[in-house]
Amino acid sequence: MGKPIQFEQLQEELYHEKMDNGLNVYVLPKKGFNKTYATFTTKYGSIDNEFVPLGQEEMKKVPDGIAHFLEHKLFEKEDGDVFQQFGKQGASSNAFTSFTRTAYLFSSTSDAEKNLETLIDFVQEPYFTEKSVEKEKGIIGQEINMYDDNPDWRLYFGLIENMYEKHPVKIDIAGTVESISHITKDLLYECYHTFYHPSNMLLFVTGPVDPEGVLKQVRENQKKKTFEEPQTIKRPELSEKAEVDKKDEKLPMNVQSSKCLVGIKAKETGLSGEELLKKELTANLVLDVLFGKSSSHFQTMYSNGLIDDTFSYDYTEEETFGFAMIGGDTDQPEELAKQTKEILFKAREEGLDQERLNTAIKKRIGAFLRSVNSPEYIANQFTRYAFNDMNLFDVVPVLEQITKQDADALLQQFADEKQMTVFTVVPKKEDK
Amino acid sequence: MSFFQEKQTKLNGITVHTVKTDKYKTNTLVLKMMAPLKKENVTKRAILPFVLQRATERFRTTGDLRNHLDELYGASLFADLSKKGENQIITFRMEVANEKFLSEKTPLFEEAISLLSDILLRPLLKGSAFDEGIVKEEIRTLKQRIQAAYDDKMRYSNLRLVQEMCKNEPYALHVNGEKDQADDLTAENVYEYYQQVLKEDKLDLYLIGDFEEDAAGEMVKKYFDFSANTHAYPETEQASKQHVEEKEVIEEEDVKQGKLNIGYRTNCLYNDDSYFALQVFNGIFGGFSHSKLFINVREKASLAYYAASRVESHKGLLMVMSGIEVGNYDHAVSIIKEQMAAMKNGDFTDDDLNQTKGVIRNQLLETIDTSYGLSEILYQNVAANSERTFDELLDGISHVTKEEVVESASKIELDTIYFLKGKGAQNNG
Repeated sequence: MGKPIQFEQLQEELYHEKMDNGLNVYVLPKKGFNKTYATFTTKYGSIDNEFVPLGQEEMKKVPDGIAHFLEHKLFEKEDGDVFQQFGKQGASSNAFTSFTRTAYLFSSTSDAEKNLETLIDFVQEPYFTEKSVEKEKGIIGQEINMYDDNPDWRLYFGLIENMYEKHPVKIDIAGTVESISHITKDLLYECYHTFYHPSNMLLFVTGPVDPEGVLKQVRENQKKKTFEEPQTIKRPELSEKAEVDKKDEKLPMNVQSSKCLVGIKAKETGLSGEELLKKELTANLVLDVLFGKSSSHFQTMYSNGLIDDTFSYDYTEEETFGFAMIGGDTDQPEELAKQTKEILFKAREEGLDQERLNTAIKKRIGAFLRSVNSPEYIANQFTRYAFNDMNLFDVVPVLEQITKQDADALLQQFADEKQMTVFTVVPKKEDK
Repeated sequence: MSFFQEKQTKLNGITVHTVKTDKYKTNTLVLKMMAPLKKENVTKRAILPFVLQRATERFRTTGDLRNHLDELYGASLFADLSKKGENQIITFRMEVANEKFLSEKTPLFEEAISLLSDILLRPLLKGSAFDEGIVKEEIRTLKQRIQAAYDDKMRYSNLRLVQEMCKNEPYALHVNGEKDQADDLTAENVYEYYQQVLKEDKLDLYLIGDFEEDAAGEMVKKYFDFSANTHAYPETEQASKQHVEEKEVIEEEDVKQGKLNIGYRTNCLYNDDSYFALQVFNGIFGGFSHSKLFINVREKASLAYYAASRVESHKGLLMVMSGIEVGNYDHAVSIIKEQMAAMKNGDFTDDDLNQTKGVIRNQLLETIDTSYGLSEILYQNVAANSERTFDELLDGISHVTKEEVVESASKIELDTIYFLKGKGAQNNG
């Protein structure tokens, strides 16, 4: 085991080891905390609906929602549910599927070692039966219905659908009741064996733990198991036009007030490492300067009744897709969309205010300190960053390098009508 | 070993609670303001924190105030409202970077205390009223906030259950106030209410982080310089139903998934000795993924994605919630009722009991890993007028016996079943 990586200013140290089978393990000791939090994540998410299965030659398309379905089913074992086992060991466990990742986790304040063993073993020992696959369709069907009734979720996905023509990011993570009806036990195993190879996974442990002990435990655990030779996973080229697919869509729903989001589709993707980190941070700074609560634009729109305190913005980018979202609840969705775009166009012409950019950087540094109080944040974000060859602990140094030139250059790409789209959820007219 | 040390001092009519810890990279300030829930004040009180956090004597526009927060390395400031029993509580929460992690040594903690005191004591005034423009804008936002509760059907059905169940009790009032009262709010009458708040509210300030406690006390004394120092908090009366009769309310909305919410009376409050047993009861019944509701409604019958219960500790309620296919209403209700009957019959094992205690302990210890969670746990005592330490809380849970769980189950009465069903959908019930 090598020396830990020191983050002096933060007073943190991070231990890392790559196991013989390719599994990356990270340990961040957190003294004074009661909770141990661990995530075991595979780089496999809802967008991976087409790939060459392990040991085969041909591209294969699998039903939408299968990564999420697999996440649910992995908890079931021959002798019952892993939830129960964690419960008996005083821990709580959970899992989530995003566009690009599936993560399994536990948190506990005792028996960390036993719980860690359970986490690694249950993820590495799949057990699927036809019967339990069928039963799960009812539960996930209800999960899909729940999200279908949620206007904020429909708004979010509606906007992504507007932006993308072909990219699978536009497909709901859980799939549809129809698509999941095609899932079988064999398909689950095929996905599992392709994507759950240790070389495609990352284990992150944080809490009041002994890092050497954790690494030793994982090493011994992995030695007991055999895996096939690691193979590069073949995914299709996700060709996607640069500009948005649809400009403007409205969805009538059973709501009292409208919800409106303006989306900006990233023109060029394919970045990784520090370049991606810098771009994502710059984009969020630009949005903060233009739309943050201290901005004059926010104040004016708030005073004019265009927005309320649900107004927010965010930019996120992964290897093959990226987008900004700006908006919230409003009585005047058209006016909100129009003004949001105008603010961006004007900033593109005039450039960003240097002083406000500096303040936004300061603000972001403070926000970073706030987030590293949270073991959940560190584990989840560290993993996401690592899968994109970025390092979470580079956030502050990279922030400090961002200049007005970077921000202005980004605005040139960003504030382009062809990249923008609007999605609105509107109140349904009563059909009495 | 104790998990933390809470020090309490009375300063200028505020109870100041400090917890010194080097766990966090930030320092946290939480100001809690408590008053009885009352129909005539509920909406004024709901708007008040949002008016106060808009501008102060020093920062006369919201832009200036927000910019000041950004300059303090993005200090965060949030206001929110909650209910604890028949009380309506305003919370201001600030979190600010600990300067020891920064190269620039700005006295951020003192700045934060000073700003929070400005927000409470030195708001922007126009004559003897708040700024009219600000109040008007906040009325609009308040109305949208009230409306938004109708758009999230999970929240909405829970809200409707509480309204039906607690008719004629203050608890039925929504923390965000009533939409039809919002238009009667003015810069004058909100200011008038604010003066009453300064005199009567029960004020508690939590300071959590790595700072010198004595120096912090001096800062509070200096900045929270109240002129009127009475804080004549009127004690609230616990309103509770005498006769509980089971009722069923079914409503229709345009939704895909039916929302089933069931309310029970626990006849047990945070203060009571049987509170620990009630928590354990809830854990076995529906609080966790090993609980009866999750196992039987979701895992065995495959009827729902979520099926859970939670306890309203200061009001004595137990709420069950689940999202189901409309046609499965009868089936789901009967499974839930069976699980309650099983609890009353003591139909659970020692393993269930011990596992649940372990998970509750875990949950409590995890809660105090965040500064906000810690302040919420400490505030339970203030809300309930009790002096239970955290160690007593852990101890209490660990000593609960099976008999005590059954005893607390026997006191639980079903009050209201609320079902929000889809329009035009089939209903076997």
